[in-house]
Amino acid sequence: MLKVENVSKVFRSGAFGGKKAKVIHDVDFEVKPGEVVSLIGESGSGKTTVGRMILRLTSVSGGRITFEDEDISTLRGAGLKSYYRRVQGVFQDPFSSFNPIFKVGRVFRTIRREFLGDLDAAAWEARLTGALNAVGLEVAALDKFPHQMSGGQLQRLLIARALVLDIRLLIADEIISMLDASTRIDVLNLLGDLKRQGLSIIFVTHDLALGNYISDRIIILQKGAIVEMGTTDRVFGDPQHPYTRSLLDAVPHLHERWSDAELKDLGLVADTARFGGHLIEHRKDHLVRVYS
Amino acid sequence: MLAVSDLKIHYRTLAGSVKALDGVSFAVGDGEIMGLAGESGCGKSTLGKALIRLEERMMFVGGQVALDGERLPIADDRAMNPYRFRKVSIVPQYAMSALNPTRRIGRMIDELLAARGLKGSTLRPELERRLAILGLTPDVLGMYPIELSGGMKQRVVMVLSTLLDPSLLIADEVTSALDVASQKKVAGALVEFRDRGYVKSMIVVTHDLAILAQIADSILIMYAGKLAEKAPTRTIVEAPAHPYTRLLLGSLPEVGIRFEEKRLPGIKGRPPSLLSPPVGCRFRDRCPLAFGKCVEEPPFIEIAAGHQVACWKADAHAQG
Repeated sequence: MLKVENVSKVFRSGAFGGKKAKVIHDVDFEVKPGEVVSLIGESGSGKTTVGRMILRLTSVSGGRITFEDEDISTLRGAGLKSYYRRVQGVFQDPFSSFNPIFKVGRVFRTIRREFLGDLDAAAWEARLTGALNAVGLEVAALDKFPHQMSGGQLQRLLIARALVLDIRLLIADEIISMLDASTRIDVLNLLGDLKRQGLSIIFVTHDLALGNYISDRIIILQKGAIVEMGTTDRVFGDPQHPYTRSLLDAVPHLHERWSDAELKDLGLVADTARFGGHLIEHRKDHLVRVYS
Repeated sequence: MLAVSDLKIHYRTLAGSVKALDGVSFAVGDGEIMGLAGESGCGKSTLGKALIRLEERMMFVGGQVALDGERLPIADDRAMNPYRFRKVSIVPQYAMSALNPTRRIGRMIDELLAARGLKGSTLRPELERRLAILGLTPDVLGMYPIELSGGMKQRVVMVLSTLLDPSLLIADEVTSALDVASQKKVAGALVEFRDRGYVKSMIVVTHDLAILAQIADSILIMYAGKLAEKAPTRTIVEAPAHPYTRLLLGSLPEVGIRFEEKRLPGIKGRPPSLLSPPVGCRFRDRCPLAFGKCVEEPPFIEIAAGHQVACWKADAHAQG
């Protein structure tokens, strides 16, 4: 459905764009219908940039992204609008996604005006109610101001906003990082239910436990390159790349305490990023970057 | 040794006073790292901040705080000044914004020390030694904050906050904004400083129970401005008695738990408004065990050595 083919991104900086920084290196993956794929990496790994390129919020410097066999960089006007009816994003901070002056329902009116103007009132109401029910909210919630709702509720509203359209793919960029543990799991379970109904999700996160809970496949990014990619069982159960292992080792577990030696290993964070190399198939559904 | 009794801190708002901290009592022993956890708005950060400096909107309503047997005048901003940095210190949530971006780190530290009537040059060797303990070379003192990563800045602030060996350190969400690898290093640094005696007692405020399970000796769980449960870390993690603690732990996805195989339940509902909190147990509306008696406020009582709970059903729970 979505194909990201050898995509790279170069940011230019300096007075005349003289300085170049390549932040995404030949990222190549595919998302199938009804599949949840997690993009996992630390800050600066390029996970958000990849998500933004798919949403066309950032341009692609090299390679191409196709959605249902259509190159998204060429979309204009009606074509682009139709793309956004099928692909939507939800981002980290729900509070800054809403205008605090207006009631939250305004977001839905905007969507209707932009995308669903041809729908009559009854059909719109049905669609709206359906989307809100899917995320476990009442229509009455639309009459509230953002400050009257919790972060989890706002985040669910934003997901409902995407569901009002006929979306096939949702880019969820750190959507639960700012939420409390108890509301976090509600949003995660909601994503799981939506996936069962056939929605594809790209789940961008730095939290390995969250990625593990929800995903079919995992992509580990380091400094803009994929270092390991495969089914969740393979990548978490049998990590091959040293970077994946170091990430997994650093995840705190509730029932298992780090040893003193482990905890106090305070040497400078080693910069293990190595560029170059290529992805090889370690096993079926499990790619690992090797350096020659 | 820190002893807090019946502390009440309210926030002034246009709608009335928000009872963010509504009578909490607890103690932190020497050499103890106490984790303070709960959801946003439960009062954990308010508690942490109140012990060092009341913000303008924060109103001291009652209670007492004693550090090493001496009463801390937390309600009096000026009288608190001699205690800050020397006796009580804090590592704030966003160390990134705690450092002056226009100064090299070494110079900024010298200026801060000068403001407290101390000389930077005499403390410099100790400063460098402690930076080295946390894996930072003295070079960082010649750098600007922008040249350091978030985890490095967090560690620099930690060294600075504890330079005068305070009795109590409050670490407010210090690991929350960091990646897993730096998170582990900062957590390790907290333990290292306690073990070396640079800090006597520590309160680690966080919403992340998994990190507390790694470093804390005891954990205090707060809910809606009240204490819910306090116990040694192992007891909280393995045998929690308060239904809220149980639900909170049950909503944590750990590596290995998958949605397809095991759907975690979460906690229904929202915490009550603290403008006019309900009488009785504040968790009652969301609690699966709630019964008639919960309209009365449960006392925060000891059900086993070092294990205190505020729940009418805690006793039965701990046994069964």
